[in-house]
Amino acid sequence: MKINVNSTDYTLDVPDNTTLLDALRVHLNLTGSKYGCGEGACGACKVLIDGHAVPSCITLVASVQNKAILTIEGLEKDGKLHPMQQAFLDADAFQCAYCSSGMIMAAIALKARNPKPSRQEIVEAMQGNICRCCVYPRIINAITHG
Amino acid sequence: MSELENKLNRRNFLRITALTGGGLILGFNSLSASSPEQEQSFDLNAFIKIDAKGKVTIMSPNPEIGQGVKTSLPILIAEELDVDWKNVQIQQAGLDTVKYKRQIAGGSGSVRASWDSFRQVGATARQMLISAAAATWAVPAAECTTENGMVLHSGKKISYGELVEKASKLEVPKDVKVKPKETFKLIGQRIKNVDNHAIVTGQYKYGIDTKREGMLYATIIRPPAFGMTLTSFDDTEAKKAPGVKQVLRFENKIAVLGRTTWEVMQGAKKVKAQWKEEGPLESTADYIKNLHALLATSPVDKPRRKDGDITAAFSGAAKVVEVNFDAPFLAHNTMEPMNFFAHVKADSAELYGPIQTPERARSRVAEILNIPQDKVSVMMTRMGGGFGRRLMTDFVEEAAMVSKLAGNLPVNVIWSREHDMGGGYYRPMYSYKYRAAVDKDNKLIAWHHYSAGVGGSASPDSFPAGAVPNLQVDTHVYKSPVTTAPWRGPTHNFIAFSEQSFMDQIAHDMGKDPVTLRLELLELAKSSPVGKVNYEPDRFAAVIKKAAEIGGWGKSKGANIFLGFAAHFSFESYVAQVAEVEKLADGKVKLKKVYCVVDCGTVVNQSGAETQVEGSIIDGIGHAMFAEITLTKGKPDQTNFSTYRMIRLNEIPEIEIHFSKSNVAPTGLGEPALPPAGAALANAVYAATGVRLTSQPFIKSDLFA
Repeated sequence: MKINVNSTDYTLDVPDNTTLLDALRVHLNLTGSKYGCGEGACGACKVLIDGHAVPSCITLVASVQNKAILTIEGLEKDGKLHPMQQAFLDADAFQCAYCSSGMIMAAIALKARNPKPSRQEIVEAMQGNICRCCVYPRIINAITHG
Repeated sequence: MSELENKLNRRNFLRITALTGGGLILGFNSLSASSPEQEQSFDLNAFIKIDAKGKVTIMSPNPEIGQGVKTSLPILIAEELDVDWKNVQIQQAGLDTVKYKRQIAGGSGSVRASWDSFRQVGATARQMLISAAAATWAVPAAECTTENGMVLHSGKKISYGELVEKASKLEVPKDVKVKPKETFKLIGQRIKNVDNHAIVTGQYKYGIDTKREGMLYATIIRPPAFGMTLTSFDDTEAKKAPGVKQVLRFENKIAVLGRTTWEVMQGAKKVKAQWKEEGPLESTADYIKNLHALLATSPVDKPRRKDGDITAAFSGAAKVVEVNFDAPFLAHNTMEPMNFFAHVKADSAELYGPIQTPERARSRVAEILNIPQDKVSVMMTRMGGGFGRRLMTDFVEEAAMVSKLAGNLPVNVIWSREHDMGGGYYRPMYSYKYRAAVDKDNKLIAWHHYSAGVGGSASPDSFPAGAVPNLQVDTHVYKSPVTTAPWRGPTHNFIAFSEQSFMDQIAHDMGKDPVTLRLELLELAKSSPVGKVNYEPDRFAAVIKKAAEIGGWGKSKGANIFLGFAAHFSFESYVAQVAEVEKLADGKVKLKKVYCVVDCGTVVNQSGAETQVEGSIIDGIGHAMFAEITLTKGKPDQTNFSTYRMIRLNEIPEIEIHFSKSNVAPTGLGEPALPPAGAALANAVYAATGVRLTSQPFIKSDLFA
C-alpha cells in the first residue's frame, strides 16, 4: 500500500483495516497526531487529506492512497513555522497540549476555506475538537490571528 | 518507617559538584555523614547546571500535567540566578527522592511548596558566582552586581560560564537573601510554556508515543461492570489474530500483547471471557435511592465539625431553609488516555510515562515485584491531562505486571477511550442535605450540612464555618464496587456548588442581597469567630467586593440580563465569580459571561495563571452543565465522547479575570477557580427563572437555550 504523507511517498505493509492514525503513529513514527477517542469525536487525531481536516482514527489508510496527507510534522517549511503554528505559539494556547495538533490542523482547514472567519464561524467550525483543559479562549484568539 | 523514608526525611543540604567538562551543579542531596559541616537549614530540591560556555540548564522536578509547572518552577530559580530566560534550557527531572521533594502534581501545591526553596536555590548559586568574580577581580563581593548571566563591577563584566569552575570550588553560602519583590524581572511577567515549540511541530513525545526496541503494545480486557470478576476465558481465536503475540491473565484482567495498538485492540475482541457477579450489580437509580435513604436517617458517625448546638438552634428558629443536592459520578477524561511503559527485568524495573504521583507508583511497583525501591526508576512524561486520574497508580502497576508476565519484555500498555472512561476511577457521587435556621431578628443562627457519598464526603471547614454560631457537618460513606478518585478540586468541586447555591437560597429567603449576606458573615468570622477559621475574612471579603464591582452586581444591565454570585476558598486561594445569563424570549437562559476575581497571592507567571483560571471556569461550567457517568447494573452507560458530553468551543462564555495585587507567597491556582463556577451559573439561573438547580448536569433541567 502506497501513501503520500507530508510530500513523501511511503510503502506500507499493513492489513487492509489499518487506520490512518495507526499507520502514521506506529508504522511511520509520526506521533504528532494523537489518539483520543477512536470514534472521530474529539479531533485530537485530525490531519489534512487534500486540504480537508479529517479524523485519522476513523479513516482507513487504504482509502487515502492517492491523496495528499498532511500532518502536524509537515507544516514547518525550511525552519519556518506555518502561520497557524506561530499563532498558537503567540497566543500561548496550551495547557496539556495533547489536543494542539488536531486543533492546528482543523484551524488550517478552516482558514483555507474562510480566510477571515468571525468568532462565531470559528467556534462553529471547531466544535469537533475537544480541549479538555478548556484553553478555548486562547484557541479562538490564535485562530483569529493565524 | 522504611529505611528509604528515613533517608528521605533527613535534612538535605546543598552540594557543589564540579562536572567533568567544567560546570556547576547545585543540587540537593541527602546529608552525607562525612561532611556534616555542609548541612544547610533549608530543604531545597531543584538543581541548576551551568556549563563552561555559560549554558544554563534548570531541572524541573514536578510532573507537568498542563498546569504549567515546567515553566513556573524554573522561573523561580532563573529570577534569583539572574539569567536571561531566553537562554535557559529546562529539563524534566525523573523521580529522585534524594535530590527532590514532593514530586507530585496535585493539591494545587507545586508552586506553593517551592516558592521559598526554589528561589533560595537560584540566589545561592548567584552568590557563589559573584564570589568567584569578586575573587578574580580582587574586589569586595558586595560591590558586584549581576545581569543576564554576567557578574558586573565598575564597567567590567564576566560571564557565569567563565566563573563556573571557580564557583564550583567555593563553600556553599548559607541563608542568602532573595530579591525584594520590586526587583523581580521574571516573576509576574507573561512567560510562555517552555515546551511550546516541540508541541506545535508535533515533536513532543507523550507517554502514549513511547516506542522502544522490542517493545510490545498491550491492551487490557477488564470486567464489563463494576462488581464482576473473571471466571474463565478462551483465547484460541485471539492468538491467531494478526499481530497478536501473547494473551495473559493477571488478577481480574486479561492482557493482549502485540505489534500495534490497533492489532491488539482487534485481537482483544476475539477473546471470549466469562464473568460472574460478585454481588448485586448496582445502577445509578439504586445509588440515588440509597444515598437519599442515608440522609433520611440520623447521622451515626461523629460529626466532622460541631460548633454550638444545632438542635437547640433549629427548635428556636423563626425560619428554616432546606435544600438537597445531588452530584453524579464524573470521569476524568484526560485527553491522553491512561498508558504506561514498563520494562521489568530480573531484579529491576524501568517505568516511563504520565504519572502525577511517581513516588507512589515506584513504591507500589516495588511492592508488587518484591524488589527494592531503588531498583525501580520512574521518568515522567508531559501528560495529556491529569485532573486527579493520574494520582492513581493502577495503570503503572498493570504495565509492570504485564511486562513481568510477558517474560520481562518492554511493554506499553495503552487504554482505549472506552476502557479509560468505562473502567477507571470516577469523581464520587454525592447527595447533600443542607438546613439553615434564621432567627426572629433575621440572623443566620444554624447551618447543618449532611453528606452521603459513594466514595466521598464533605469539606467540614468550608465557609460559612467560622461565621455561624451553631454549625454541624455530618458524613456517610456508602460502600460500593465503583472505584472513585480525587477529581480536579476534590470535594470542593461539589461543595462549592451546593454550599454557594444554598447560601444564595438563604439570602433570598432572608430577603437579603446575596453579596451582602456573605460580607456580613465574613465580618462575623472576623469579629467573633466560631471554632476553626481556615480562611482570612478580609482577603475573602476583598475578592467578593471586587467581583461585585467588575461584574456590575446590583446594577441594571437590561431587562433580560440576570446575575448569579458565588465565592469559594480552596487550596489557600480566594475566588469570587459573577455569572451573567440572558433570558431569551422563550424563557430559556443562555450563559453570556463569567467575571472572576482571584487572590492567589503573588502570581508567578501571568500567562499561565490566566489560562489556568479561564480553563478552570470553563471546565467547571462544562461539567456542571453537561457531564455525568450513569451506571446500569454496574456498567457505565457512557464510554466515549459521543455519549459523554464535554463542553466545546461554541458553548463557552466570555470571561473576564482580575487578579488581586498581593505581596504574600503564591497559593494554589490549578483548581480554585473551578469549584464556584457551577454555583455562579445556577444562582444566575435562579435569578432569571426562580428555579433552583440542585442536581448536575444542568442540561437535564430544560432551562437552557
